[in-house]
Amino acid sequence: MIHETLIDVAYLIGSVAFVWGLRLLSSPDSARRGNVYAAFGMGLGIIAVLIDPRITGGNNYGWIVGGMAIGAIVGWLAAKKIQMTAMPQMVSVFNGLGGACAAILSMVELLNTDMDMGGKAISLFALLIGSIAFTGSMLAYLKLDGKIWDEQVTWPRHNLINQVLLVITVGVFGYLLFNYPSTGLLIGFLVLALFYGWSFVAPIGGADMPVVISLLNSFTGLSAAAAGLIVGSNFMIVGGILVGASGTILTILMCEAMNRSLLNVLVGGFTATGGAGKDKGDQVAKTITPVDAAILLNYSSSVMFVPGYGLAVAQAQKALKELDDNLEKEGVDVKYAIHPVAGRMPGHMNVLLAEADVPYPKLLDLDDANDALPNTDVVVIVGANDVVNPAAIDDPSSSIYGMPVLNVWEAKHVIVMKRSMSPGYAGIQNQLFFHEKTKMFFGDAKDSIQTLNSEVKNL
Amino acid sequence: MDTIIQFISDNLLMIYLLIFTVILGFEVISKVPTVLHTPLMSGANAISGVVIIGAIILIRSSGPDDYFSLGLGTLGIALGMTNVVGGFAVTDRMLEMFKKKKKK
Repeated sequence: MIHETLIDVAYLIGSVAFVWGLRLLSSPDSARRGNVYAAFGMGLGIIAVLIDPRITGGNNYGWIVGGMAIGAIVGWLAAKKIQMTAMPQMVSVFNGLGGACAAILSMVELLNTDMDMGGKAISLFALLIGSIAFTGSMLAYLKLDGKIWDEQVTWPRHNLINQVLLVITVGVFGYLLFNYPSTGLLIGFLVLALFYGWSFVAPIGGADMPVVISLLNSFTGLSAAAAGLIVGSNFMIVGGILVGASGTILTILMCEAMNRSLLNVLVGGFTATGGAGKDKGDQVAKTITPVDAAILLNYSSSVMFVPGYGLAVAQAQKALKELDDNLEKEGVDVKYAIHPVAGRMPGHMNVLLAEADVPYPKLLDLDDANDALPNTDVVVIVGANDVVNPAAIDDPSSSIYGMPVLNVWEAKHVIVMKRSMSPGYAGIQNQLFFHEKTKMFFGDAKDSIQTLNSEVKNL
Repeated sequence: MDTIIQFISDNLLMIYLLIFTVILGFEVISKVPTVLHTPLMSGANAISGVVIIGAIILIRSSGPDDYFSLGLGTLGIALGMTNVVGGFAVTDRMLEMFKKKKKK
């Protein structure tokens, strides 16, 4: 017979391991250890709950082991096989599964046990948030993976529909709270919550994706914490709240990076605001030949790359690193400017560049990059658009006005690598392309960089 | 009103735990460099799989012929475990890349 106190101590150590692990995760040198600590804490908690003598019932270890084996195999294979460029999708899927687990758990508890009002409120909350996190994350996954486009899932007056849905959901929540929850009504509530999760993510896309993913992450954490309250597990409460806090912090950071409020991201959407921008159809963008670009880069003393989502799409990170190496060999100082919302999830560009072995001291954040830009000879923009749009600074009619951007036009030369002249996600024309310092380099990012590479080598 | 007061006095320790964990969470994570946003999110995401504990409790306390709870509980465990194992493994893979620094 295992002593109960020993089990409790195991939970305590597990909780501390979560806190300590997250703390270490916030610093580059210790991050990997932090992840291991957190995983250790989780393992300890799982062992403790498996042997806890206070839980009485059928035990049913066969079912538990079966479920765990399936989950472990699927999770492990998915994590090992996934491409680094597909990381935002993977994180979304995993996140959704956690939410689904919390929703299932609270559903069973609601159906099986007779609860007091407090218990019912918490269970309904876990069911609601978990379901939203599940369908929301799945839609985010489909969007990020390019399986679904924003236009396919948005309806006319979508924001109004969402508000009505929210009111109905809250109404049913309130009704269930004060009345006996029949099975039918509970299932109706579940369907409503699942549908709301889908519908609420539907109109949000592109550059707003990092905000939504962080928000869904915090939802999953909160649903886990609420589920912890239902089953009375302090361990779950601590873990869930920590995730909720980290997700909330990231959400706030992402919103700040775009100078928009969370509400604005959720109900506004870039496309909703008019902001067609100034139409200057007669402007002509200058192009640059690969040879000229190679010469320009080769004989400058400092180069700054500005990566964006296009880099991820073209999987051009390794080619970019090769160009970086070749330029460094010629004595060029190469840096990378990382805008906080570049890409589709928080820190997306950092992960891609790390995969290509770019040392992280070479990555400059927004403020450092803007300080360094006036002394930079050449800026090369690889698949970024809205984060370098001067309209954010000088065009009050633009929908991205006020968002902090990289002031790339302060450098001596700007080369923009782009597939075509089409505007970015926000649908706003970018005056940068017509700037006197700007030269366009058309083509797929990876091909363009490889061409540049061979040209630089030939010089 | 009485129910609320009753609820608070019954769950006082739980409320302490909630509030302090919220404060702790914000304090511990507040200063994250951009480099680590993705690993932090993905690591935290793995931790949110802690909900598997609840699913295990559910199954262990169910009767051996309560197939409704057993079935859904096992589904919950499988989903939660995927979240946990996949989340930690993928975070580790990412952080491994950060470690490889070029020495010149």
